[in-house]
Amino acid sequence: MGTEALSLEGVSIRLGKTLVLDRISLEVPAGSFTCLLGPSGCGKTTLLRSIAGFAPLAAGDIKVGGNSIATLAPEARQTAMVFQSYALWPHMSVAGNLTYPLKLRGLPKAEREKRANAILSLLGLEGYGPRAVTSLSGGQRQRVALGRALIIDPPLLLLDEPLSNLDASIRRSLRGELRRLQQKVGITTIMVTHDQDEALAMADRIVLMRDGQIVQVAGPEDLYSAPADLGAAQFLGVDNVLAVAPDDPAAQGATLVGFRTEDARVFTDDMEHPDAPALARKGKVTTCAYAGGGYQVGIDVAGESLSACSARPVSPGDDALLSVPASMLMSFDANTRLLQGIRH
Amino acid sequence: MSNLSATLRSAGSAMGLAIAMGLVAFVVFGPLANLVIWAFAEQWFYPNQWPTRWGFEFWGRVFRPRAGAWESLWNSVSIAVATVGLSMALSVPAGYALARLALPARSLIMLIFLLPQAFPSLPIFVNIAAIFYNFGLNGTLFGVVLVHSLPGLVYAVWIATAAFSAVDRSMEEAARNLGAGPLRTFRDITLPQAFPGLMAASIFVFLDSIDEFTGTYFVGAPDIATLPILMFNASMGGNYQIAAITALILLIPSVGFMLVIERFLKADVLSRIGR
Ligand SMILES: Nc1ncnc2c1ncn2[C@@H]1O[C@H](COP(=O)(O)OP(=O)(O)OP(=O)(O)O)[C@@H](O)[C@H]1O
Ligand SMILES: [Mg+2]
Repeated sequence: MGTEALSLEGVSIRLGKTLVLDRISLEVPAGSFTCLLGPSGCGKTTLLRSIAGFAPLAAGDIKVGGNSIATLAPEARQTAMVFQSYALWPHMSVAGNLTYPLKLRGLPKAEREKRANAILSLLGLEGYGPRAVTSLSGGQRQRVALGRALIIDPPLLLLDEPLSNLDASIRRSLRGELRRLQQKVGITTIMVTHDQDEALAMADRIVLMRDGQIVQVAGPEDLYSAPADLGAAQFLGVDNVLAVAPDDPAAQGATLVGFRTEDARVFTDDMEHPDAPALARKGKVTTCAYAGGGYQVGIDVAGESLSACSARPVSPGDDALLSVPASMLMSFDANTRLLQGIRH
Repeated sequence: MSNLSATLRSAGSAMGLAIAMGLVAFVVFGPLANLVIWAFAEQWFYPNQWPTRWGFEFWGRVFRPRAGAWESLWNSVSIAVATVGLSMALSVPAGYALARLALPARSLIMLIFLLPQAFPSLPIFVNIAAIFYNFGLNGTLFGVVLVHSLPGLVYAVWIATAAFSAVDRSMEEAARNLGAGPLRTFRDITLPQAFPGLMAASIFVFLDSIDEFTGTYFVGAPDIATLPILMFNASMGGNYQIAAITALILLIPSVGFMLVIERFLKADVLSRIGR
């Protein structure tokens, strides 16, 4: 069938009385891996379901390869969705689940079995065909669900938090596996996640959503270094925010500056101070916790609690200096729009 | 000393337990035992404690062609099968629709549905008989099937709704997404998942119909005789042997029910009614 580009044009969706998606417009290039990232309840699943045909549009249009699919029934759309719960059919075996979509398309039995075996070996599940799906582990189920979607060779693959039910280590390994698989098959993929690390590690492009709207569309590096506004920055791990006076050397026209904990350092009096950081604040240490390879230090600066890293442990109550290099400082204007991102 | 009293006390409580269990067994199995004795008693007159003659004579009489037992059995089973067919044909779509309804509306409809069961059944059946008379349904098999389907439908809709609510919506969506139309999805995904519950519903309806007396009596008698009607007539005529034997025949579907229900009815199907 070949992979296709997807475009959303002013898509709005109303569920009950709430406007869950508000005029979403998005172009997804053919063969790309796009992540929908955003806090819980921002409408990621709803957006995916609208593409698959499970949420009727209140306004707008959805096109795959230039043709509108907005009025088609779900079964006519040829999108393949992997549900967060996997939604495998427990009354069918692994092979039964994989071949059911082929049976619907009228393929002969021999061809169905051949394709199922090819998919099983692609997923590293050789010999699992006759097994009951209820006897599989979470990671194996996830792969069967993925295989069931891929077996129809769809133009578009939709993944709803496919990794969030798995534990941390298998999740990291499946991240790479899923990405490699996507590149090998070359299929246009949209994946929902609320885990920023997952999105940064896997996506070609990240679509950041908030309250049913798109906040920003950018590549992982750009999104990480230059989030569109303060809210986006906070969602992407910028956990320290400070108001700065206009005459502050760190200000340079900004009213707010922000930085990530791992980009800031604390120094006590007995340590060698860095020369001329862009932001330097004196304060009192409040907490100090080992964070693997270094210490995470909480520091109180004129009533604001900030956090930073230290190579050596410091004691609560000590006077300390917090410093952030200029390249790691983000600045925002009075409307919380980004003025200056970080520079690598 | 205290040891001895403790032993005595525990012996006493064990005795109490044994007596209680014996009482329960007597209450549960006493009438049944009496039934079995009557079925094989050829002669049993007051004041004898036990029958004075045992044998199979009455069994022969019951199953004699003219006695009507075979015909009643046939009537009972075919009415029950038709009742199951009619009730399920209506309750599968109704249960599916109800299961997909939002919760407050669903609970309300199901409660309303249960309401006729709360009324005394006698006036209802008398009324139905009067209505059926106008349509010429009295004394017909079809009329009896209709009157049996009334309580049958209530069970069937309730259990079918529970069974369909237990089916994960996303499994249906996955099938739609991968190319199955709505009917195909229902046949291949929804129905197999709900099957144990629907099976249980059918069995309930079957048993209810096999046992039904009042409705059959008002709508069917005297043209349609089922086993319960036969049993009733025999008892009223003082023919306890015939009544007992008929009752034992009626036990067969009930025991079969228990065996099948054990295999098919998952506890979690019933527990989802309120969800
Ligand atoms: N059937 C519905 N009726 C009314 N509102 C709904 C319905 N389904 C979802 N919503 C609302 O729509 C919003 C978006 O839901 P959605 O499931 O798309 O969020 P999400 O971004 O996928 O969140 P999560 O990360 O928690 O999965 C939520 O505020 C939710 O409460
Ligand atoms: Mg979601």
